[in-house]
Amino acid sequence: MLRDITIGQYYPADSVIHKLDPRTKLTATLIYVVSLFVFRGMAGFVAVTLGLLIIIRVSKVPFFYMIKGLKAIMIIVVITVIFNLFLTPGEAIVTFWKLKITWEGLKNAGFLTVRLIYLILGSSVLTLTTTPNQLTDGLEKALKPLNKLHVPVHEISMMMSIALRFIPILVEETDKIMKAQLARGADFESGNLVKKAKSMVPLLVPLFISAFRRANDLAMAMEARCYHGGEGRTKMKPLKYKKRDGVTYVVIAAYFAVVVSLRLVL
Amino acid sequence: MNFIEARKLIHEYIRRDEEENVESILTALDGVDLDVKQGEFVAVLGHNGSGKSTLAKHLNLLLHPSGGTLWVDGKNTQEADSLWDIRQNVGMVFQNPDNQIIASVVEEDVAFGPENIGIPTSEIWGRVERSLKSVGMIQYRQHSPNKLSGGQKQRVAIAGVMAMEPKCIVLDEPTAMLDPNGRKEVLDAVVRLNQEKGVTVILITHYMEEVIRADKVYVMDHGKVVMQGVPRAIFSQVDALKSYRLDVPQITLLAHELHEAGLPIPDGILTRQELVEALCQLY
Repeated sequence: MLRDITIGQYYPADSVIHKLDPRTKLTATLIYVVSLFVFRGMAGFVAVTLGLLIIIRVSKVPFFYMIKGLKAIMIIVVITVIFNLFLTPGEAIVTFWKLKITWEGLKNAGFLTVRLIYLILGSSVLTLTTTPNQLTDGLEKALKPLNKLHVPVHEISMMMSIALRFIPILVEETDKIMKAQLARGADFESGNLVKKAKSMVPLLVPLFISAFRRANDLAMAMEARCYHGGEGRTKMKPLKYKKRDGVTYVVIAAYFAVVVSLRLVL
Repeated sequence: MNFIEARKLIHEYIRRDEEENVESILTALDGVDLDVKQGEFVAVLGHNGSGKSTLAKHLNLLLHPSGGTLWVDGKNTQEADSLWDIRQNVGMVFQNPDNQIIASVVEEDVAFGPENIGIPTSEIWGRVERSLKSVGMIQYRQHSPNKLSGGQKQRVAIAGVMAMEPKCIVLDEPTAMLDPNGRKEVLDAVVRLNQEKGVTVILITHYMEEVIRADKVYVMDHGKVVMQGVPRAIFSQVDALKSYRLDVPQITLLAHELHEAGLPIPDGILTRQELVEALCQLY
């Protein structure tokens, strides 16, 4: 059950997008998300759709694989659609009982659905084509200026990558402890919510203790290997902008310009 | 001067109550003398709580002595500025392979040490490749450590230490959590490093089979060094070893029992081959 959890579901493939610098992808995703909230009207809709379709095509991630990620947000989409349909004032098309669906409501609901779905699809291109490690590396380098404001950027990204490394280990451990407690007669299934929550205690206490022990061991192992923070540290795989990153920046800027001008002109 | 020289080394774990009053003192090391030459393979034996792990942690300054002196690579460990120098030259491998692998890709983990000491990128790649080759794990460089066996993980950990090109590696019960196959894998890798690369090896263990190939053996009990010498000399004292709660290898034990029973077999038999030869000599 717990093994099904996958974080940052990376989809390995050999595409230009996979090879891009994570910083480029982060920036591009950000610009795309902004463009989703900037566009207006049919022309803008066509532009963002084309943009998304081209990106998905270039990324070589199968389309159905991307759609799978949408399941989780379907409920949110449905709720926002319902609210927009019935609560937008304007010219009524259909009326039953006290509820009426308006033309404006229909339009709002439609665009909002598109925005939400494109938002998820667009950002999942980022997580599907970037390994968690590249992502933390990219964040570390992109946020480096914050170091001047005494934000411990290196430490945060180190913590993130260690957390990612230990997720499978802790999941396995949870499984083990669960089985051990079940063998001793623990009951995780029956009872109401309060009782279920209480039955988690014999699972969480040993898990926490072991996590702290692991953290202690790991800290010692890191110190033994001369870890002393980010200062004076070199990288095996330093991030370097290549030509394709420059091209991507130009393309994404052009795309953004198109979306903005479509909004201003039409 | 020897690579490692400890004189009357003392370490006390002091337990204090909330008002900082001393509640109890546990002397983990009690006047330990240790001499290790460059390129030697030294084993430290002892049962649980004998102080052998505490000793190991002193060798790269994870712990500081409460008394006595310790020189590593000609530097006194009391001097604060020699800390990173010593850590770089004395690598350390721990018991639990999962808790010492930092990155989620094998080659990135091996690069962690060199990255910390500021090796330029181009050289890191060379070091990673060399050290993964030296433990026979080069074909796994792109793998995730989670998918490796215990013995393989421990070899990755050794490669991670080797990538810092230390003069000496200290292994603190590296095989305690492994199955017999993994144990053999790790031990073979360590012996190879010692013989081919001339790395000084200090192996802390409680498996006596592992120390047969060592140049010198120290036996510890209650924080003191109680026996020292070449493996053969140590193993010939079966009764003394038993009194320190150490398990003598089966072959040695069999030879000892036969000797006790009156057969004229020499003391300190280490391998099956030797026992066979000794028995064949009899008739």
